[in-house]
Parts: sequence; structure tokens; C-alpha cells
Amino acid sequence: MNEFDDKSVEQIEEQEYTTLNLGPTHPATHGIFQNVLTMDGEIIVDAVQTIGYIHRAFEKIAEHRPYNQITTLTDRLNYCSSPINNMGWHMTVEKLIGVEIPKRAQYMRVIIMELARISDHLVCNAVVGVDSGALTGFTYLFQWREKIYDIFEQICGARLTTNIGRIGGLERDFSDEVYKKIKEFLHDFPKGFTEFSNLLERNRIFVDRVANTGAISAERALSFGFTGPNLRAAGVDYDVRVMSPYSSYQDFEFAIPIGEKGDTYDRFIVRQNEIWESLKIIRQAMDNMPQGKWYADVPEFYLPPKEDVYTKMEALIYHFKVVMGETDVPKGEIYHSVEGGNGELGFYLISDGGRAPFRLHFRRPSFIYYQAYPEMIKGSMLSDAILTMSSLNVIAGELDA
Amino acid sequence: MSELTNVYIAEKLRNQFGGAILSASEPYDMLTIVVNPSIAHGVINWLKNDAEIKIQFLTDVCGAQFPEIEGQEFCVIYHLHSLTNNIRIRIKSFLPASNPIIATVTDLFESANWQERETYDFYGIIFEGHPNLTRILNVDEMDYFPLRKEFPLEDGTRTDKEDKYFGR
Repeated sequence: MNEFDDKSVEQIEEQEYTTLNLGPTHPATHGIFQNVLTMDGEIIVDAVQTIGYIHRAFEKIAEHRPYNQITTLTDRLNYCSSPINNMGWHMTVEKLIGVEIPKRAQYMRVIIMELARISDHLVCNAVVGVDSGALTGFTYLFQWREKIYDIFEQICGARLTTNIGRIGGLERDFSDEVYKKIKEFLHDFPKGFTEFSNLLERNRIFVDRVANTGAISAERALSFGFTGPNLRAAGVDYDVRVMSPYSSYQDFEFAIPIGEKGDTYDRFIVRQNEIWESLKIIRQAMDNMPQGKWYADVPEFYLPPKEDVYTKMEALIYHFKVVMGETDVPKGEIYHSVEGGNGELGFYLISDGGRAPFRLHFRRPSFIYYQAYPEMIKGSMLSDAILTMSSLNVIAGELDA
Repeated sequence: MSELTNVYIAEKLRNQFGGAILSASEPYDMLTIVVNPSIAHGVINWLKNDAEIKIQFLTDVCGAQFPEIEGQEFCVIYHLHSLTNNIRIRIKSFLPASNPIIATVTDLFESANWQERETYDFYGIIFEGHPNLTRILNVDEMDYFPLRKEFPLEDGTRTDKEDKYFGR
């Protein structure tokens, strides 16, 4: 309920409004977002968004790069959970060339993707805490994100923009050190995360601050193309992992947490609960890890082992072909989507049989749901608008492609 | 109620729209319908309101360009999703380069707003009836549509990136 409701239109028009530039580089917006707000005192009357500040023309670049070089572009979409983007792209290409990868590789991918989802949600929820004045939770949670990045580093050598995995599987098997680190994480993290949950989930000050702000109904959320935790917070249990399972997600038991009102509090709680569900999935994958190879037999896409390159003619030829991107792919068009940190991350690929995609379009969840932002903040206070944005988890890289 | 297979949906659409449905195929199991641009809005509206198929969700709108197909240079691709039946449908509409105009679907799905602006921004496809068809990711002053195939990846007038400096 805002204060306009009991005033006539004439009265509102008589009032003088202030125009306020929120961003592009505002410390409270965690990325480059500009909103030109029309303010009546502390109340937001209207908002006009400007986006595209870090547009990097990925779709154009992708039309000139061989398939295995596009993975690095996907890293930079939602850089809070790059492994999910990488895997999504690998799976799209695998689907196009018709390769079934071994069960073991699928389970390893699931572990990596769920770790990435946890780190994505940790950042988002920690930042919701910061924006409502609770810096403590942020500093505690970031040490856990650090542990996840240590695991990624152990798997692939990189931390943030991971470029993890290959078309056709993973670059190498998990080492003993990786298993040790994941087990340590599974053992220690729940305790630390419970501390954070205790700090905020039922905290009266926090709940009063975030409940009923930035709400959106399920119907509007669907119309605005919401997916992921933001849609589930509004009460729609759409999850790509369950609707169209990929990478053996059908083997795992997990729940889809949903909210009721779609407000900032619901989004926070849905993400909190999803972290617990992700932990469940990782435990199951670790316990039931199948034996076998971690890559499929696709020599035209998957780099051969280095020792073979030095000693075998065939491996040398394939190595050259993969590195130079001289592999032909079948013609066709394909859409594949994965459940990213923010929702349905889709890849629409048209291939004309050449070395690079003819057309590649990324369905970027942030880009699509961020257009609902003005509607969500109209009539609310400026400080609530900041919280709404951080709880939506709009990532600038994903927004601007 | 018969089972909602791709063949059944395609047949249902053919009965409804007749010859304006140009083709139906299933690349990688996704029903792909090519429709006449004049009825693209009508087909999506019909799919949305059909009691059986119940498309509630517009997953994606994007454009593509096929410079070598005369009279069908541009293409608008809609990905629709029925969350209750878990069916995805792809609607494609080819437009001529001389007149790349198609009706907007912003009146059916709010999410089409920015996605159509993005398509306009990169391909110059005009969405008739769109509330605010302006550039979205590129600067307003840009006077070309960068994803069109006639534009090379890098600016051809640049002299600091000539091949000879890199020994090529």
C-alpha cells in the first residue's frame, strides 16, 4: 500500500518529482546498472532502465569461433556460476553431434554444477544481507565460496571464469585431492551455513525489512519470463532439472523449494533451501559415483592425451584438428537449456555444418526478468529497490551478453 | 483426450490455419513450425489460449539472417513452452530483407518486450505495435545492425590490427 492510493490524479500531477540517477556505477547496485528514477520524496514513482554498459557482442564473436573456443565466452555470462554455463554449452554441442557421455562424467558434472549453484546462491543471499545492513553474514559466507573456488581450482586450474570440462566429457578425472576437498566441504559447510541461516532467516529485524518488498505474482512472473529461484519464489515449481532432465538429474532425489508471495524474503528463503537441496544432490552423486571413463569417444572434439600426441600419428592429427577448430559438425538447429543460477539458461544454435556456429543465441535469464524491475519497485522506497535488485540476482555479464 | 504428440499438435495447427502453416518438422525432437509472418501473432495467441496445449511461457525470441535465401533473408524464432504439458514448440517466420516487419507479441507476453528490442537492435527487424522499439544493448547513435552477416567481426577500417603486424 503506497501513499498514492488515496490521492486523486490531479493531486499527484501537482506534486513535484525529483529525478534521480541510480547508477551506472552506484556502490549499492553490484554491477553496472543504470536506473533513472522519478522520485516523490523517498517513494519511487517510475523507473527507466538503461542496460548494455558491458555488452561484449558474444553472439557475433561466437559466429567466428570454433565450438571449443566458445566455452570461454559462456564463462563470462553469469560469472558467479561459470561452470553451469560451460556445461550447458558442452551439452548443447554434444546433443548436436549426438554423443552420449559416460555416466561417470555426468555425475562429475552434476557435482560441479551443484557446487557452482551453491556459490551463486551464497553470493546472492550474502549480498541481500549486506544491503539490509548485515555485513557479518557476508564475510562469513565468502569464506565458503572461497572453499568452492578451491575445489574448482583443484579440478581445472581456474577459479572464477573456469572453462571447466570439454565437449565430450571432462578434461581429467577427479584427483584424490578433489575428493578430499569436496568431502571436507560437505562436512564443514552445513555448520557454517547454519550459522548464517540462524543469523537471518528468523531474524525479526531482517524479516521486517525484506518481507512484502518487491513482490510479484506468479501470473506476472510467468508473463515476464521469470525462471529459476525468482519464479519459484512466486510459487511456480518450474525447474529445468526436473522438467527436462539433463546430465542424469533424474537419478537424484531432491525437492524444489517454492515460496508464496514472490517478495524479497521468499526469494531469499528459496535460495537458502536450494543450497540444502544442492548439498543433498552432491552427497548422492559422491556416494553413487559410477566407475568408468570421464570422457566419451569423440576424438574430433575431445583432445587426446598428451603422451599419445607425441607418440601416435592419429592422436597428433586429432590434436591439430581440435586445437585449430577444423572439425565439421552436422547441420541442424537445436535448443538446449540448463538450470542456471538464475534460471533457465538456454542455447539456441543453428549450425550450417561449418567450423563455427551459423547463429548462436543465449537465452539469458537475467536479461529477461530484469525488465520486470520497474513494475516491482513502483511505489516502494528507494532502499527497498536496492534490496529488490540484489535479491533478483541480476548479473551484469548475463544481462548484457 | 488424445496424447499431445508433436504430430498431433502440428495436425491441429494445420486444421486451424490451413496453408499459412508452411512446414512442420522435428529437429532434435522439438516441434518446429514455419508460419507465414502475417499469422505468427495469431498462431502464438491461439496456442496460448488453446485449452489442450496451454502455452503459458515464452522462453525466447531471437532473430537470424540467411543472406543467400532470396526473399526470406530474415527469420524470427519464438520458443514457446507449455509448463503444464512440458511441451516446447518453436515457431519460425521468414521475412524479406526489403520489408522485415512482423507483429509484436508484447500484448501476449511481457517478456517479449526486451527480447524484441534486442532482435531489432541486432538485425533491424521491425516489430509492429511494439510500445518502445529502440536499441537496447548498443548505443542509440549506431547506424547499422551489427549481427547482420554483411558486417565483419572487426571494423574493416582499423589500421592498428593489420595482418602484417602479426606476421600473417
